[in-house]
Amino acid sequence: MLSQFLQFLLSGVTVGATYALAAIGFTLIYNASGVINFAQGEFMALGGMAAVFLANAGVPLPLAIVLAVTVATAVGMLVEKLAIEPAGRAEVVTLIIITIGASLTIRGFMQVFLGKGSHALPPFSGEAPIAILGATLLPQSLWVIGVTGAVVLMLSWFFGRTLTGKAMLATSYNKLAAQLVGINTRFILLLSFGLAAALGAVGGILIAPVTYTSYDVGVMLGLKGFVAATLGGLGSGAGAVAGGLVLGVAEAMTAGYISSAYKDATPFVLILLILFFLPQGLFGKKATDRV
Amino acid sequence: MKKSFRGLMLLAGVLVLLPLVLPNAYYYDVAIRVALNACVAIGLNLLIGYTGQISLGHAGFLGIGAYGSAILTGRFDWPPIAALLAAALATGALALLVARPILKLKGHYLAMATLGLGIILSIVIVNETAWTGGPDGMPVGGFGLSGWQIAGERAWYGVAAVLLMLVTVLALNLIDSPAGRALQAIHGSEVASRVSGVDTTAFKVRVFVLSAVLASVTGSLSAHYVGFLTPGVAGFFHSIELVTMVVVGGMASVFGSILGTAILTMLPQLLSAFEGWETLAFGVILMLTMIFLPRGLVPSLRLKLGRGKK
Repeated sequence: MLSQFLQFLLSGVTVGATYALAAIGFTLIYNASGVINFAQGEFMALGGMAAVFLANAGVPLPLAIVLAVTVATAVGMLVEKLAIEPAGRAEVVTLIIITIGASLTIRGFMQVFLGKGSHALPPFSGEAPIAILGATLLPQSLWVIGVTGAVVLMLSWFFGRTLTGKAMLATSYNKLAAQLVGINTRFILLLSFGLAAALGAVGGILIAPVTYTSYDVGVMLGLKGFVAATLGGLGSGAGAVAGGLVLGVAEAMTAGYISSAYKDATPFVLILLILFFLPQGLFGKKATDRV
Repeated sequence: MKKSFRGLMLLAGVLVLLPLVLPNAYYYDVAIRVALNACVAIGLNLLIGYTGQISLGHAGFLGIGAYGSAILTGRFDWPPIAALLAAALATGALALLVARPILKLKGHYLAMATLGLGIILSIVIVNETAWTGGPDGMPVGGFGLSGWQIAGERAWYGVAAVLLMLVTVLALNLIDSPAGRALQAIHGSEVASRVSGVDTTAFKVRVFVLSAVLASVTGSLSAHYVGFLTPGVAGFFHSIELVTMVVVGGMASVFGSILGTAILTMLPQLLSAFEGWETLAFGVILMLTMIFLPRGLVPSLRLKLGRGKK
């Protein structure tokens, strides 16, 4: 009984960690531009697919991973440079449609050049399961949870201790004021896209050995990342991490105790219920309108 | 009013003359799809473009209409028109039920909630295999009314064209009515319109229900027309496609929605020549359109042509 619960909890936290990474990506771009970037899931798929492609081509796994993250980061910055920046001060809905266009482009690109099949990345350190109180844990899960934890720590250092990080925070609070004190907000936007893409790619690569990857995994991963970011209250970094973990665990519990067919519906039911009662998400700040 | 009257005449002219130039069944098929999709897009534009409330889940409502009709006619032998009405009623009831809590939300939270609703509906359709056939889909019979059956491209074209004309007139009338002005005031500023005595919640709920019912009715008809249903009609992509039609054509432009629908329905057909590259090309075209014509086609063109006229 307990061991079963623990098993679901562990697999939920593993998947939840990836959602958290995706959600941080959404949060970064939302804070810099007020846009929900629907290409976030594609960054994750691109990371996983590129790593698989390079590993299959004979590149050693660690190098393949670094290269894949680099590729995704470059693509993220390219999306900002070529699609978001030229659109300038367009309405938010227009910008959202542009990011949807970008996601279709990236997905189409992967479909053409990396194929339609689904692939598995070899686990980073073997497949021998670790037993904990009757539940089993794959070594890859430790990688997922560990790396996500490290990323979160690094980000909190980045935002709390570095000038660039503080500049990003300042931009998210008030763009005009940030410009006035000499922050290059355009660079901040570019940086946000690069960082979001890198985090997405890391998430996509980490989970690829557990769940397989294919050119279209980004759709669901991205949507669930969006749910996680909203769950925590859009714009809140800690909320994004918490949202991701809550989502992963809720999904695993549904799959274990209720119905695995409706596992994918869990995040959306959860977010609807939460938004009905807490329209600003779990940790969102109360907004007031200026008329 | 005069400007929209000219537009109406133009639309009627095109719809009447089109059968003279459509060379074969394939082109009829495209025209019918455009006309049916345009009805959904116009309804959605009332919600998104005029009232300023985004919905990323309207394909879910379309799915209720389509599957409602398919299940009631196929498994319970209901007459198609009764099934269509029952499905529309069910969609309206669901929309009414969720409208209040959902439309309380704003911006991205509203986008999230509508997206979630749409995805839940589509997951239900995929999973309830016993009723819907699941991912394999299910066949749907033709559409008949007391012995008279809509058969062949020409008949279907007539039905779709009449429906499109009706929906366009209805939408234009609504926009010009006091209710329409209230909706546009909500888009301008919700608080300001509430202060001037507009019951904003009631209006938002009504336009949400209206657009949902329109999607449901069109979904039923499309299902009968195509004759086969797959869960894709209710999926996230279809929802996105519908919003894209509205935005590419032009927010708050009824004729823009028709043009946007025509382009987005025909584009994949044209692009299918580039085997495997369709998604890539579609994405690039979508981005370019939004970068260079951020207001959408019709309002951008109108701005270019009508400069100095007003």
